This record gives sequence, structure tokens and C-alpha cells, in this order.
Amino acid sequence: MAAGVATWLPFARAAAVGWLPLAQKTMPKPPVDKKSRSDEILFVNVSGLRFQTWKNTLDRYPDTLLGSSEKEFFYNEETQEYFFDRDPEMFRHILNFFRTGKLHYPRHECIQAFEEELAFYGIIPEIIGDCCMEEYRDRKKENQERLAEDTEAENAGDAPLPPGATLRERLWRAFENPHTSTMALVFYYVTGFFIAVSVIANVVETVPCRPVKGSIKDLPCGEKFSVAFFCMDTACVLIFSFEYLMRLYAAPSRCDFARSVMSVIDVVAILPFYIGLVMPENEEVSGAFVTLRVFRVFRIFKFSRHSQGLRILGCTLQSCASELGFLLFSLTMAVIIFATVMFYAEKGTSGTNFTSIPASFWYTIVTMTTLGYGDMVPDSIAGKIFGSICSLSGVLVIALPVPVIVSNFSRIYHQNQRADKMRAQQKVRQARIRMAKKGATNAYLQHKEDGGLQDNDSGSTALCVKNRSAFEHQHHHLLHCLEKTTNHEFTDEVTYSEMCMTDSVGLRTSRSTSLSSQQGSTTSCCSRRAKRRAIRLANSTVSVSRGSVQELDTLHVTKMTAGTQYPQRRSSLNARTEDLKLNCDDYTAAIISIPTPPANTPDESLPNSPAIPGILRNSRSNTYNTQESVKVSYL
Amino acid sequence: MSSTHSLSCSSSTDSVEDELELSAVRHRPEGLDQLEALTRFNRKELQILYRGFKNECPSGVVNEDTFKDIYSQFFPQGDASKYAHFLFNAFDTDKDGSVSFEDFVMGLSILLRGSVQDKLNWAFNLYDINKDGYITKEEMLDIMKAIYDMMGKCTYPILREDAPRQHVELFFQKMDKNKDGVVTIDEFIDCCQNDENIMRSMQLFENVI
Repeated sequence: MAAGVATWLPFARAAAVGWLPLAQKTMPKPPVDKKSRSDEILFVNVSGLRFQTWKNTLDRYPDTLLGSSEKEFFYNEETQEYFFDRDPEMFRHILNFFRTGKLHYPRHECIQAFEEELAFYGIIPEIIGDCCMEEYRDRKKENQERLAEDTEAENAGDAPLPPGATLRERLWRAFENPHTSTMALVFYYVTGFFIAVSVIANVVETVPCRPVKGSIKDLPCGEKFSVAFFCMDTACVLIFSFEYLMRLYAAPSRCDFARSVMSVIDVVAILPFYIGLVMPENEEVSGAFVTLRVFRVFRIFKFSRHSQGLRILGCTLQSCASELGFLLFSLTMAVIIFATVMFYAEKGTSGTNFTSIPASFWYTIVTMTTLGYGDMVPDSIAGKIFGSICSLSGVLVIALPVPVIVSNFSRIYHQNQRADKMRAQQKVRQARIRMAKKGATNAYLQHKEDGGLQDNDSGSTALCVKNRSAFEHQHHHLLHCLEKTTNHEFTDEVTYSEMCMTDSVGLRTSRSTSLSSQQGSTTSCCSRRAKRRAIRLANSTVSVSRGSVQELDTLHVTKMTAGTQYPQRRSSLNARTEDLKLNCDDYTAAIISIPTPPANTPDESLPNSPAIPGILRNSRSNTYNTQESVKVSYL
Repeated sequence: MSSTHSLSCSSSTDSVEDELELSAVRHRPEGLDQLEALTRFNRKELQILYRGFKNECPSGVVNEDTFKDIYSQFFPQGDASKYAHFLFNAFDTDKDGSVSFEDFVMGLSILLRGSVQDKLNWAFNLYDINKDGYITKEEMLDIMKAIYDMMGKCTYPILREDAPRQHVELFFQKMDKNKDGVVTIDEFIDCCQNDENIMRSMQLFENVI
């Protein structure tokens, strides 16, 4: 339960007096509180550092180690204190949590150590106060990332493949982690070499070589040694194509691989060659073909497989894309403004270069970036004035904000990430808190199932019932009182939805299906319940007069006292679902209905009771002392 | 371009007044001797109660929202806020919008150490929402609905719409002797004292503190 609720429990229980005149049933007996109510000071010795605190302070959080009976394990009789062999510095923070209800994260401590201490004392880190939460999360994330990197580096490729790996898997591994085998390494270097060769060839073939004898003009080497270059190009493209096909074959998911950036680069690198082969030597088309040759330079990007730094750069650009776009946009705005101004300023001049606004763009960009080629120069006075304003503002617009923008972008980027992180983690936090809340409800339902609500005159209460803390006893007693006041019981979501299903459908057949679906749910219940059911069946001669609360899906049959006698029998649901005949001697489903003495509760009417037989019900007792008839349901 | 939005976001609009409000309210209770005289707790019990109270509410008073929060934690399945509202009004005897330690401890004294008459009086006061000395069917219906709300949705048997109303009818049948549609304090006390169940359960909560 959440903060300090234990302090308020006595008040909530006292306020339950308000329900007493309204209750239709008698209230259950309260749990016996054996402990004296006086408060005492406890001594806690943590590795030699002695702390003292009120017992009530520790009892505020009954689901931690210090607040529950778990601390008794650490009690030292000789010195009359609780001794913990843990970090005394950290314990200060833990104890402060009990005192103030807020958990703070000590910034100078290691995050792992802190979490371990919290785990030891049974405190969940999610309740760290808002003041320290961000710091805690950042440190935790850092830590996790570091650990992840380490494990990733370990696992990256060095673990040997399982012996049954197929050729495909081995091939993929060789491609992704070249250092795992010599063949892969060789292949890696060979492809690298050929990429370099191809790029150099592309570059060199444009360099002018000495002309062929007899001609004056300088030829580019590509045309002089066209055959040689063609052979080299072909060889490179063949190798690249082979590599691409092998990767495609080996990839575990071909669609994903085909869509990845590297494979696109690969394709773009080799496609021009094939297109060139296919296309005829046509004059018009060869123009386009020449353009395609430009794409051969993309082969240089294939180096990013070989270089980690290039990949990181690509990632960074990708992530900063929106910021860069904004920078571009603002620059464009400035360029358009100044280009327009310059065009109209220079319009009057004759023979001017500023023939149109788009033509002025070039001037503006060259001036603003302080390049100043000098190919376009304003002549008119107005033009010169505006030109100088343009160059000055260029300095301001481009040179100054760039560092500011860069740092801004990095800050915003991290902030955004943190905001999203916080939003996502907020949901997780709320979900965990909700789960803990649900845990409280479930604790009560579990308590009911454990038979904790029985009158324990029989000395055989289950151990798990006895071991609950006083707080839990009292809280469960309070909830039990509410049940008695309103004459309804708490159940869980599953049972409730099943009941809705059965209630809404009034036909027999559907009920049988709902029963079988229920049976499905019972069989899928945790084995603990099934075991408990078996135990209860063994004691099935418990009379109703003592009363016991059971879950809807208990296969327990209770005996009737006065009145009609029903033989007790447990029959398997499977066998009897088809048997729809009412038969006094054997009843099929061992699902029991409520005993409902009409005098007591006229309003707790069973919705479809007399008309349709065999409603699935729970069996419970109404009062502790009277004996009622048990209606047994059947299918 | 969500980044630009986060840049242009204005700072939080937490008003300064809220801060002042929180720090201004400080309440110191009556002395231990006076409280001992007013209630039926002894010194030690009062000490324990106050330490717990002060830990939870350092300012010395509980306002209605905190009260609702606290009470709701005991009933995770349902919605306890309406009933907490009625409880708050029952504890806040001086009607100043907050429950101080004196209110708290005097209420507890009646509930835990009071005579049966006192407890029944307190219960009547709880049901009588407008404190006019009569419990009408509407008032009772409000209380009943608030109680049933605490059960939540997942109950067995399934909670029907008219369950509170029927419960109220039952209550009035039992308590309203002269069938005039309202229950007075005398009818209430009379009827409760004649009901064995109620009398027996009154002893249940003696040992809470």
C-alpha cells in the first residue's frame, strides 16, 4: 500500500461504525490484536552505525522489510537490536524514506549499489520523489546503455555459431562480422580493394592523357585506354554484383535487407553499368546514359560498411534532419528577400547581370557566404548599398548562428528525447503503481480464497493466513465489513466478466458453453488453486453452519444440514455437460448456488432464479449460526 | 518540427498563491492535558495518534482532497470519494473545511470509546447530510449509493442499479416507525437498540486503537 496508509487504518476502521446500522448481515469478528498498542523505540544497527526510530515509523510501510515481520530475522537478542550487515550510508536514505514518506536518490552514490539496497529493503525505486527522479533515471539509462554496449561488444560476433548452422546463416555471419573467419576477412579486404580501384578508375579516366600519335587534342585517359577501363569496370561490377547477390541470399529477412540503405547503395552502384549494357548506342539516349555514370561515384559510399565513423555520421545527419531543414529554410528566406531587392535595385542598369530574380539568387548566395566570386557585381548605387547590406547580413545570418544553432539543436534534440522518455516512463510508472494497487485488492481476494475469513475456532488455519501482518488482517476485516454491509462480495475482473456473460445469455446451451469456457478458465488457473481445491474436497464434510467462502470455480460441494440430503459427489464436468436431465441423485456440475433464505435478503434476488434452473452461483454462508438449504445447480 | 514548439513553450503557470496557501496553514493542537480531558484516550494513546497524524499531515490539518485520497486507498476497487466526503463532513464538526487534530481525535474518541448512545448519535449525524435532525429518503439514498460505490464494479452478485434504493427501502421499513417518510434521532436510536445484530456489532471496533 502507498505511503503511510497504515497510520490511517485505525481511523478508517473506526469510521466503519457508520455502516453498522445499515448492515443487513452481522459484521465479522475483528482480528485479535495481540500486540500492545504502546509505541516503542527500536534500535537498528547497520554495520556499527546505530539508528533509533519509533516502531510506528517503520510500520508505516508494511510491505517493506523493516515494516513487516521480516525484520525479526535480523533481531539480535543479546544486544536487543536489529542488526543489518549493509551499507550504513545508504541506510540513512532508506530510514529517511520511512520518516518522511519521500525517497531521495543520493547523487554521489552508484546507481547499482542504491538499487541493490532498495531491493534488499523491499522498496521499489518507482517511488523516488520527483525531485530526484530525473537524475535517477538519467543515471540509470547511462548505466544500462554502458552495460548494453559491453554485452553487445561481447556478443557481437565472437560467440561461435551453433553447430547446426546452415550455410545461409554462416554466410550472413561472415558478411556481418568479417573478423570471425579468415575467409570472411579476405573477402572483406578484397571488396574494399575493389571499391577503391573502381573509384580511382572513375577519377583517373577523366584525366587528360597524352594524345595518340598524330592527333593534337588531349584525350582523357578513359577514351585512350577505353578497353582497359572497360575491363576494369566490368570486373569491379561483377564482383559487386556477386557480393550483392550473396548478401541477398544470406540475409535472414530478404525484404528488410532489400530495403536497407546499404543495399540501395549497392544497387545504385552497379545499376548504371547494366543499364549501359542494355541501352543501345543512341545519340539522345547516351546523354542520359552519361548522367547515369555519375551514379558510379556512389560506390564510394560502399566504404561505410568498412568504416564505423561514416555510419555514425550518417546517423547523426539523419537524426538532425529536421534541424538542418529549418536552417535551410531560414537561409532560403533570406536569399529570396535579398535577391528580390537586388533585382529591383539593378533593374535600371543597362547590361546588368541581374536579369531575373532567380539569376540574383546566385549573387545573393555567393555574397552571403562571403565567397564573393565577382562574376556578378552590382553597378547602381542602390545596388551597391543593398549589396553591402546583403554581405553584412550574410555574415550575421550564416556565420554567427551556426555555432549557436548547432549547440541549440543538440540541446533540443536531447530535450525532446528526454521528454519522450519521460512520457513513456510516466506511463510505465503509473502502470506499476496501478499494479501495486491491484495487488492490494488481489491480496484480499487471495485472502478470501485461502479461507482466511473462516472463523478459526478450528485450530487449523493455513500458515499463509497466520503469517499476514496485523495491518493486513485489519484491512481485510474492514473490507469484509463493507461486504457484509452491502451484501455483495468483491470479485476479480475475470469472474466478473464471466458472470456478465452467463447473466446475459439465458439459454441452457449457452450456459453450458459458458460453463465449459469457465471450465477452461478453471483449468488454466494456477496450479495452487487446483491443489487447494483438492484439499478442500478431502474435507468436504465441513458443515455449512460454520460457513466458508469459496470462489466461483471451486468444485466443492457442501453438505446440507436439515432438510433434504444430497449425496456428495464430485463428477467431472466433461462427462456430464451433455446430461441435461434433472436428477436428484446425481448432479452434474459441482458448482454450488447461494443458499438464500428468503427472510433475510429479499433484495439479493437471483436474477433468473425460479424460471431457469441451474444458475451458476457461489456458495457462501449468510450467518454464522443459522443453517440454510443448499440449492445445487446442474446443467 | 516539434523542437520549435518545445522552445517556444511558456514556463509553467504554477501560481505563487498556491505556494503561499500551503505554507500559511499551520495548526497547532490544544495541549495534551486539554485533549486528555476532552477525549477518552490516555496520554500515551494521544501521543501515538498525534505522531502518526503529524507525520502524514505536517501542516496539522487535513483538507477534503487529502482526506479523500487517504480514504480511497483502503478501497482500491471502488470509488470512495463520495463516502469520504460525507465522512469528512461528519468529522469536521466546526465546519471550517479542514479536519484538525482535535476534530480527528474527538471523532475517534466517540467511535472507539463512546457509549452505544454516542456511537448511534454519531452515525445519525453522518446520515443526516443537512444536519436538520431528520434523515430523509434522499439523504439515505445518497449515503447508500456512496457506500455501494466503494464496492466497485466487480462484485458478486452483480450490483444492480436499484440495489441501493432497495437497501434504503429496507432501512426505512425497519427504522421509520410512524411511516412519515423521515427517520428522527429517537426512532433511529430506539430501533437500533432493539436490534440485536447492531448492538452486537457495536462492540467490534473497541480495540482498534
